[in-house]
Amino acid sequence: MAIFLSEDSKILVQGITGAEGTRHTRRMIAAGTNVVAGVTPGKAGQTVDGDAGVSIPVFDSVEQAVRTTAADVSVVFVPARFAKAAVVEAIDAEVSLAVVLTEGIPVHDTAAFWAYACARGNRTRIIGPNCPGIISPGQSNAGIIPADITKRGRIGLVSKSGTLTYQMMYELRDFGFSTCIGIGGDPIVGTTHIDALAAFESDPETEAIVMIGEIGGDAEERAAEYIKANITKPVVGYIAGFTAPEGKTMGHAGAIVSGSSGTAAAKQEALQAAGVKVGRTPSEAASLMRQILLSH
Amino acid sequence: MDLFEYQAKQLFAAHGVPVGLGEVADTPEQARAVAERIGGVTVVKAQVKAGGRGKAGGVKVAKTPAEAYEHAKAILGMDIKGHTVHRVLVDPGAQIEEEYYFSFLLDRSNRTFLAMASAEGGMEIEELAVQRPDALARVPIDATVGVDLAKATEILTQANFPAEVIASTADTVVKLWETFVQQDATLVEINPLARVASGDVLALDGKVSLDENANFRQAGNEDLEDKDAADPLEAKAKEKHLNYVKLDGEVGIIGNGAGLVMSTLDVVAYAGEAHGGVKPANFLDIGGGASAEVMANGLDIILGDPSVKSVFVNVFGGITSCDAVANGIVTALGMLGAAATKPLVVRLDGNNVEEGRRILNEAAHPLVTQADTMDDGADKAAQLAHSAN
Repeated sequence: MAIFLSEDSKILVQGITGAEGTRHTRRMIAAGTNVVAGVTPGKAGQTVDGDAGVSIPVFDSVEQAVRTTAADVSVVFVPARFAKAAVVEAIDAEVSLAVVLTEGIPVHDTAAFWAYACARGNRTRIIGPNCPGIISPGQSNAGIIPADITKRGRIGLVSKSGTLTYQMMYELRDFGFSTCIGIGGDPIVGTTHIDALAAFESDPETEAIVMIGEIGGDAEERAAEYIKANITKPVVGYIAGFTAPEGKTMGHAGAIVSGSSGTAAAKQEALQAAGVKVGRTPSEAASLMRQILLSH
Repeated sequence: MDLFEYQAKQLFAAHGVPVGLGEVADTPEQARAVAERIGGVTVVKAQVKAGGRGKAGGVKVAKTPAEAYEHAKAILGMDIKGHTVHRVLVDPGAQIEEEYYFSFLLDRSNRTFLAMASAEGGMEIEELAVQRPDALARVPIDATVGVDLAKATEILTQANFPAEVIASTADTVVKLWETFVQQDATLVEINPLARVASGDVLALDGKVSLDENANFRQAGNEDLEDKDAADPLEAKAKEKHLNYVKLDGEVGIIGNGAGLVMSTLDVVAYAGEAHGGVKPANFLDIGGGASAEVMANGLDIILGDPSVKSVFVNVFGGITSCDAVANGIVTALGMLGAAATKPLVVRLDGNNVEEGRRILNEAAHPLVTQADTMDDGADKAAQLAHSAN
């Protein structure tokens, strides 16, 4: 098992003929992912080739791609200015998961496609935007997370940050991961820490959970409340941004301390109050997780 | 990006929101001239991006142009919560009968937009929310539906606005919503929204935050930037499309990925506790590419900061391979030549790390030390910065 993405997932790539789309499609295929289709309007009939003779057909629309190939997961590499339309198309085609990697989408556009997904009954789970994607090691890789850092295992990982995800996968590579999700650093994201925690709790393959957060918003505080009430599996936390000054955006559009809200200290306190062990550094968090798994 | 009051009210006016708006002045002479043009009583207001201007003495009523001159003279150059006043807004005086509050904002927690309104305006909204929570209406707005006259009326009614102003104010609220959407704002706030002696309801103060992700479709945003206030190193970094924030420490930081760089700052600050309290000097995310040119530009900015005593380059090769980063560092140091004078601690891990480390070992640049882990690298860099102090 794993969450949201498994070896049965059939993946389509929106924006497959762009440089990034093509490059990462090939990496996904090389990692054993079942990529079945690509979409770029106006380029139907073309193909994108991967290793070992794999040839991915390109369609004009998500609807056509889904109808022809039964794809159920879309990975969106479409540039920011066209991203809203692309995600709406994925929602209309009722794929079960849309992984939106695009960085720099105006928050009004994200709010609009999120509201649209809700109005359509949330039949499509959205991960991102501005995220590295999701990987269930050894099974499937939807996005740009490197597949060769670690193997399939028993830790679930949810993080706002891409490179901190890779760092944590690397620190705990000998244990392996069931699923690693980068939920993204934008002010509005489709899948939250809480969504991932809930799914890991009910996933039999996941024994323990690492949750990585950062300054801005109150997602971590809400996750802490959720953990206290609902999560029985051990959770280790890490929060980045203790040294971030107030009022400055730190790389991610959502990573900003506004007045006294969104600080790393408040998030750490909330997690600790919920019984979560929080590492001061990524390696300390990894060693806390290591202790938990070794005593299990 | 936060706007000044005068910019906010100019945007409001452009969208048909009724405002009390005069003109800005950079000098007391200009303030006097504006007051003469307006005629009668004026208000001289410090233009800074901070709350509490009134309490700090940054807002003064002038009965005559001569008084406007005196007030401007006192206010210009004043420091309000760390912000120097470079400009005042001279507004026409208004006889306020009643003050209200209205805003639209991004509600991150609920992943939607929110209208906040109160018939009790004037005080800071944070204060109002704490002291009189019942007096503040919070109404979620569906991004796919928006705000029409009916919705505006509903919000104002819920906020207990007096019946006689609801009709005219509802029209203002719809125009404020249009401002919010059409400008890609994350906040539009009117406080106070005031009923004046004439019976009109006007925006007497305004606050606007704009989403910089929308700059590609908001051609006017560039003109709204406060170029005077930007740190010179931040301005230079922006020209080179680098994601850089100046901080006040001694250890320069370069990393890839926003989360990892934030984490690196923290780890350096912890390490600094054992080395004379040195701190990170900046945030710099070179992103996925980490080409020699990006690395050289990044190092150039960081070495241009006189408070930097050492530099910590912390890269986890995910998509980026470590050999490309190592080559970038070696090439960058070659490009910088004698301009590179501070010691560099480099920690590489991940994709093709052996080759990356080999390249740095072979280059054997006298300024470069390698570290095996992030914690070790932070410690070395902090130690180097401390011993250089």
